[in-house]
Amino acid sequence: PPPMECIFGLVGDGFTLLVADASARRSVFLYKQDEDKIFPIDEHKAMAVTGEPGDTTLFAELIQKNLALCTLRVGVPRSPHATAHFTRAIMAENLRRSPYFVNLLLAGHDKDEGPSLYYLDYLASLQKLNFAAHGYGAFFILSLFDRYYRPGMSLPEAIKLANLCIAQLRLRFVISTPAFTAKVVDTDGVRMVDLKNEGVRMVDLKNEEEMVVVEE
Amino acid sequence: QNQIGQADISMSRKYDRRTTTFTPEGRLMQIEYALEFINKRVPTVGILTKDGVILGAQKQQKSKLLEVEKHSEKMYAIDDHIVLSASGFTSDANILIDYARKAGQEHYLTFKEPLPVEQLVQLLCDRKHYYTQFGSSRPIGVSFFYAGYDRYLGFQLYCSDPSGNYSGWKAHCIGSNNVNGKSMLKDEYKEDMNLEEGTKLTLKVLCKTLDTTNPKAEEFEIVRLTLDEGIPKISTLDEKEVKDYLEKA
Repeated sequence: PPPMECIFGLVGDGFTLLVADASARRSVFLYKQDEDKIFPIDEHKAMAVTGEPGDTTLFAELIQKNLALCTLRVGVPRSPHATAHFTRAIMAENLRRSPYFVNLLLAGHDKDEGPSLYYLDYLASLQKLNFAAHGYGAFFILSLFDRYYRPGMSLPEAIKLANLCIAQLRLRFVISTPAFTAKVVDTDGVRMVDLKNEGVRMVDLKNEEEMVVVEE
Repeated sequence: QNQIGQADISMSRKYDRRTTTFTPEGRLMQIEYALEFINKRVPTVGILTKDGVILGAQKQQKSKLLEVEKHSEKMYAIDDHIVLSASGFTSDANILIDYARKAGQEHYLTFKEPLPVEQLVQLLCDRKHYYTQFGSSRPIGVSFFYAGYDRYLGFQLYCSDPSGNYSGWKAHCIGSNNVNGKSMLKDEYKEDMNLEEGTKLTLKVLCKTLDTTNPKAEEFEIVRLTLDEGIPKISTLDEKEVKDYLEKA
């Protein structure tokens, strides 16, 4: 499927922010605008997925359940590093059999490693990065990150940068993606955040309410 | 003549041919016989300290004609962070050691991090257990001490027996005279021991469990798992170091 969907993430000071667009679409049809593409994998890990609609949920849940098993075996949750490589291994095993057409960003927080972000694409290329994006939107987002990202940003600063990216997509990306969800992973775990982007509809799925912000 | 005693023995004899039959008293005789076998083997001691794990065993000099092996017959490194000591049939142990080493590397291939110690213990115990449940095979006649370090649980010491059961230990002793060894450990082991004190205690316990009154440094094999700047390191004490510890102990 063409990469119209967009997910991006960045590592800040003690946290990792993941943002995903909230649309579910197929060819010219828009099914829904409140799709949550960011799956909590673990207490301190989250995974944003895009790609083939069935594969995405299947793969995310596969990783979720396998990691729960790993945690039971060891007694303590696995490190984000181990999780990322494990995910890659599953992707790579299936690549030359029945590939998962899933692009994902894995965000984690670990007491020893700190916050981390891993980029994994459907060809099982894994890379640990400070910021990353998937989809056509990446063309716009990565340029903005190159220009404005600094290591150790605070959460408000990161949110401001995320809003800048979303605003740019609204302005320049041909496909309209008005709704986004955002989650943060830090020492307290995985939780939703409100990006408070003016002119962009933020979907708060926990309360199943829309947070409509002032339109420009 | 103790008639009840005799009945016990003859009853057991009927049910001890296979691992797959319980006796009327609810015992699995083959496994118990295997455990008895380990109890007659060379004494081995394991001690967990706050800065490392120590495994010690008697090195049997079975014959003067025996070629001194460059590698140990008792202590095996499974990976950089786990070392096992095997008591029992060396041939049985070798198969399991090979399996453990392979499991360690396979884990690294998938997770890009070292195999957690308890997971290795469970893998080997599951293998040992298999041979206690399915017919025609005898139990694996090996007990292992596992000394390891991982980022999840730190330094750990485990011991497994031919039944496939395992436990985590602070200090333990198996092999001949293990009762004496265990009582000494109970009296003298302290949880806040450091590596030095632990090594001294290991040798002290080994001396007690051995039959000789005059222990010689070359009779002992001591292996220690420590952290060297955060990286696990397995080291064997050489004869001189063992001699120094023996004098202090």
